[in-house]
Formats: sequence, structure tokens, C-alpha cells
Amino acid sequence: MGRGVILELKNLHTEVEQKEILKGVNLQLKRGRIYALMGPNGAGKSSLAYTIMGHPRFKVSRGEIIFNGENITNLTPSERAQRGIFLAFQYPIEISGITLFNFLRLIFNTRVDDRKSPMEFSKFLKSKLEVLDLNEKFISRYLNEGLSGGEKKKSEVLQMVIVNPELVILDEIDSGLDIDAMKIVSNTINNFFNEDKTILIITHYQRFLDYVKPDNIFVMFDGKILASGGYELIDLIEREGYETLEKRREHDEI
Amino acid sequence: MTRYKYGFKDPENYVFRLTKGLSKEIVEEISWLKMEPEWMRKFRLNAYEIFLKKNLPSWGPDLSDLNFDDIVYYVKPSDRKSSSWEDVPEYIRNTFERLGIPEAERRLLAGLSAQYESEMVYHKLKESWKKKGVIFVDTDTAVKEYPELVREYIGTVVSPSDNKFSALNSAVWSGGSFIYIPEGVSVEIPLQAYFRINSQNMGQFERTLIIAEPGSYVHYIEGCTAPIYSTYSLHSAVVEVVVKKGARVRYTTIQNWSYNVYNLVTKRAVAYDEAIVEWIDGNLGSKVTMKYPSVYMRGKGSKAELLSIAYAGKGQFQDVGAKVLHLAPYTFSRITSKSISKDGGRNSYRGLVYVDPCATKSNVSLRCDTLLLDNQSRSDTYPIIKIENSNTSLSHEASVSKIDDEQLFYLESRGLPKDEASALIVRGFIEPISKELPFEYAVELNRLIRLQLRGDIG
Repeated sequence: MGRGVILELKNLHTEVEQKEILKGVNLQLKRGRIYALMGPNGAGKSSLAYTIMGHPRFKVSRGEIIFNGENITNLTPSERAQRGIFLAFQYPIEISGITLFNFLRLIFNTRVDDRKSPMEFSKFLKSKLEVLDLNEKFISRYLNEGLSGGEKKKSEVLQMVIVNPELVILDEIDSGLDIDAMKIVSNTINNFFNEDKTILIITHYQRFLDYVKPDNIFVMFDGKILASGGYELIDLIEREGYETLEKRREHDEI
Repeated sequence: MTRYKYGFKDPENYVFRLTKGLSKEIVEEISWLKMEPEWMRKFRLNAYEIFLKKNLPSWGPDLSDLNFDDIVYYVKPSDRKSSSWEDVPEYIRNTFERLGIPEAERRLLAGLSAQYESEMVYHKLKESWKKKGVIFVDTDTAVKEYPELVREYIGTVVSPSDNKFSALNSAVWSGGSFIYIPEGVSVEIPLQAYFRINSQNMGQFERTLIIAEPGSYVHYIEGCTAPIYSTYSLHSAVVEVVVKKGARVRYTTIQNWSYNVYNLVTKRAVAYDEAIVEWIDGNLGSKVTMKYPSVYMRGKGSKAELLSIAYAGKGQFQDVGAKVLHLAPYTFSRITSKSISKDGGRNSYRGLVYVDPCATKSNVSLRCDTLLLDNQSRSDTYPIIKIENSNTSLSHEASVSKIDDEQLFYLESRGLPKDEASALIVRGFIEPISKELPFEYAVELNRLIRLQLRGDIG
């Protein structure tokens, strides 16, 4: 696999109940890179993640989503997932009565041709659990039900590792994590990453980016990508805030 | 694809078939055909008199389409009862093969009986259990071979005068299982009965009687299917279970009648000191089901556990529930009811919890959860709780939920197609029930529900 473009958003507009949320997003993500997407609350970061994943509430009114050269704008979420896109949710959803173990095996077998029996899968899972400092008891619990914020995030990262996607969007994976969990989660993400993968980290805080270092940073504001660049952008935001960034952009200072 | 896959039918080459309708003569003819003793003939005739006097239930689903003169009350498909599948008429054997019954018997069961129309056509208990004194025969055979036992217990748990359908069953019953577990014997692998209705306007009235002597254990499983016809059939069973001191009986039903069957069943158990009764009841099929498995806790420290799952799709009405009567101290009951409604289907939970003044220090827990899959479907609960004892512990929870779009999206984002995602949510919803089933039956239950969820277009 080369260093080509994996995801391209072309002038992407979305609406939720007739209200425009994304207002013309242009974005290119390349294979083998880590990106960060920052921006104030309400800028449209999670909306962008949902739109890429195909959430039915976000209607694409204009523009296209191109994944690996294919227009996926009208595909269902599961079709997108099967092509290799994964979204780690900011607020993972609880499903009662389905154990995490059974769910992991199900999504593994959905994505991979080499189906595994419960016994084989259990073996396969063991090392992945150790890395995340999780035990057998954790996977016998129901999917996200009654888990703490940090445990839910670990469950998301575990699912990511099992599904083994090409493009990962991590929507505030760092929220709810204490410092130890942050280290464990970022380690897992760094180990998962290689030149065939692409990671897009949505976050409010610089801290997480000290653990998983992005190659590029995008700043989103009011439904658009406001700026893209390197670490200097983070310093600028920390120093002056998003509003100033917006004003400076209007004056073409950045 | 249709959501019902057991709708195939056989040609009706029967040995004997009564004419339609019900009368005193019909009741006498059934008794005569079966060459029954006088006491049973009287039991039937007495029940018939009660049937005539009783009214249809004044609550629940509309039964006004049910015409008692338009039903055939007895059909004998074969001349013999076999204990070898080789001896079962080929077309009937093929039907059971298609339903996977002999296969299940070989792999999973201690004994199996198969009823086709009014008669058991196959019956077999593995030799090792026979040697321990376990009896597992059809109830007609029991009347002939163990008349004292049958006479002592039949009608003592569910009296013919209990309701119109228990009276009807008592008058015209045929087939069903008779199980006797001697003191201290624990039948570790399940016994199963399978009921098949083949012709239309047919009434199947099996009568099941289980007697568990002190300290014994048995798990009995029943399944049922029928072909699809435009006219209805009636299935009206009576099940009586006697659970003596320290014994435990688990009774599992996976009801999957076709959508033209009225399924009106009375099931009841009596639990003596320290006895445990478990009803696990899955209602997926039928046009109308009215069924409220009951436990009368007569003995100190007895326990009742009732788990039920009901699925109502297009044109279906499942009026099901549970009744527990705490009639002794230190008794314990737990009811868990789950229902799923889709495509205009209707579920009702109807239940009674009664704690007698003498039932001190009793414990009751009741939980009813409903899942509505669309806006046309309906679910109601009618729980009656009468507690006449002040030191009873009671917990009561109920919930109504819908399949949530956010849940669906979450599961879809992991690569599951939408229909699989909803099936998974439903599977999780019924998990408290399915985990109580033997593995193969849990798989079957999940498969049937998946079929139901998918087949709405067909």
C-alpha cells in the first residue's frame, strides 16, 4: 500500500432537521498519517465524525465522501465499516444482554474471512486484553452496560483492535481517562498504527497529543475547516483561543 | 421469504377421523375408541356438562370467531404407537425429520414423544431411566398401564371446572405426556414432547401430567408447530404438575404454532415443602395465545420461578402471564416477563401474585419488560398483586422500550447490517430467558426470532 489519499471530503455540507451543520468541509487524509481535529464546542467535530460514518440523522445536502477512491456518500454505516472505517464513540452506547466477548467475536467474524470459534477467538483475544490491562471478567460483562467512562473508552479501543480498520476516527477518546488509562490507551493506539493506517483524533486537549503525536492538525470552526498545519497551531490556540484564530483568518494572517 | 418455516402440510391418510362438532355422543365415542375404563368415561362426561355451563373468558383477546361446532375433536393418524422411528408411518416420520426432532432426540434427550393430531405416534424413554423407575408414556397409555396413578392425580391440580377450556380439554383430551419420577431420582438430561397439528379445523387437546416424588428432578421440554391454513385450528392443553417435598421440575415450552392456531392452555403446578417449580415459556407463534402458567406454593419454603418471552407479529395476540399463589411461609417467587411487538402485533402481560395471610416472610419479585419495534404495535400489562401479609418482601419493575436509533447506529458502525443489528438488540433483550434454555434451544429461539424480524416483508 502506498502513501495515497485514503479519505477525501469534497465541499461536504450536512443538515440535521433542515439546520446546516457542516458548511462545506474540504479535507484530505493520507495513509500512514495521524491527524488531530480540534475546535471549540459546537464547531461540528463530532458531526463530521458521524457524517463520515453515515449516521442517518446527518443528511448530506451537498458534496462527497470519497474513501479509497470510492464515493461512499450513499452507503450505509455497516457498508462503510466493512470497507474499513471505524469510529470510536465519544459516548459509547450500552446494549444489554450481549456480552462484550460475544460482540467482539461477532464483529470480528463480520470483517474477517477467517472465522474463529469461541475457543480460538478467546485465545486470539487474550494478548489484546493484556495490553489494555483488561481481564476476562471485563469481556463477560454486557456491552458497555454499567461501565465507567474510562472502561467504555477501553472497550472502544479494544473493538478497534479487533476490527482492525484502515481509517480510525477517535472522537474524544481521551475524555474520562485518568493518566494511567491515558497511557495504556495511547500505547495501544500507537502499537496499532502503521503505514497502512490512518488515524483522526478529535480532541479538546493538547495533553493526549503528547502521547499520540499527530503529523497534521486541523482546526474546525462553525462547520468548516478553519486551518490546517503543524504543532504551531496548537500553541496558537492555547495562547489566543479559537475566536482570535477565526478573526486572524478573516484577515488572512494565517 | 415468509417468517414461518414450518408451514408445510401432509396429505391426510388417517386411520380414523371424527366428524365435526361436539356433543355428548362425541365425548362418549372418544372414550369408546380409546377403550377407557368407566371412571375416565365419567370424568369426561362430567367435564362436558361443565363445559356447556361455562362462559368464554370475559377478558383478553376476542374469541368470537371460535366456533365449537366447526372443529374436529379427534383424529387418529396411525394404528400404532411406536418406540422406533422405523415403525412410524413414513410421511409422518418425514415431517418430524424435517422438524429436526429425531436428530435432537439422538443428541440431547433422555426421552422423546411425538404427537401428531390427536395421538402420540412415537414414544421412547432411554432404557437407563426406565430401570430407575422413571415413567414417560403418553397419557392414554398411562390410563391403561398406571390407572391408579392417573386416577389419583388427574384433575387435582387443574380441575375441569377451572375454566371453559380446562373443561373442554377434560372432556375430549387425547395424547399428552405422563411423567412419573420416583423419589430421589434426578433425570439429568431433558425429556421432550413435540406436538404437531396437520389438518385444518383440527382441535388438539393433549393432557399432560407430571408427578415428581420427593427429592427428584426432571426437565421437560415441549415444542409445537402446524401448517398454515386460512381457517383456524384449536390447541387447548391442560398441564398438571405435582412437585413433592424437595423436588424440582423445570418445564420449558417453545410454542411456535402457525398464525391460524388458537392456543388456549391451562398450565399449573403445585409445590410442596422446599419444592422448586420453574416455568420457562416462549410464545412465538399462534394467532391468539392465552396462557398463564401458575404455581400454587402450598409447602413451606417452596419456590417458583417463571420466565416468559412473547413475540407478537402481524395479526398475533399473545395474552400471556403468570400466576403465583403463596400459600405457606417462607415461599419465594420470581416472575420475569419479556415481550416484543412488531407490525401491529399485540402483547398483554396478565398476572396474579397472591400472598396469603399465613405465608409469612415470603418474597415476591415481578419484572415486566416490553420492547416495541414500531408505532403500530401494542403492549399492555395487567398485573394484579394481592398481599395479605405485612412481612412480605415485594419488588416490582416494569419497562417499555423501543429500539433506539443510536443503538442501531452504534452496532451498524461496527459492520453489522441493520437487520442483524436489531436482531442483536432483541437477542440481548431476551437474554435473561434464553440463558436459561439448554444451549441448542437458546440457539433455536434466537434463530426463530431472527426469522420473525426479517420476514415482515414476505
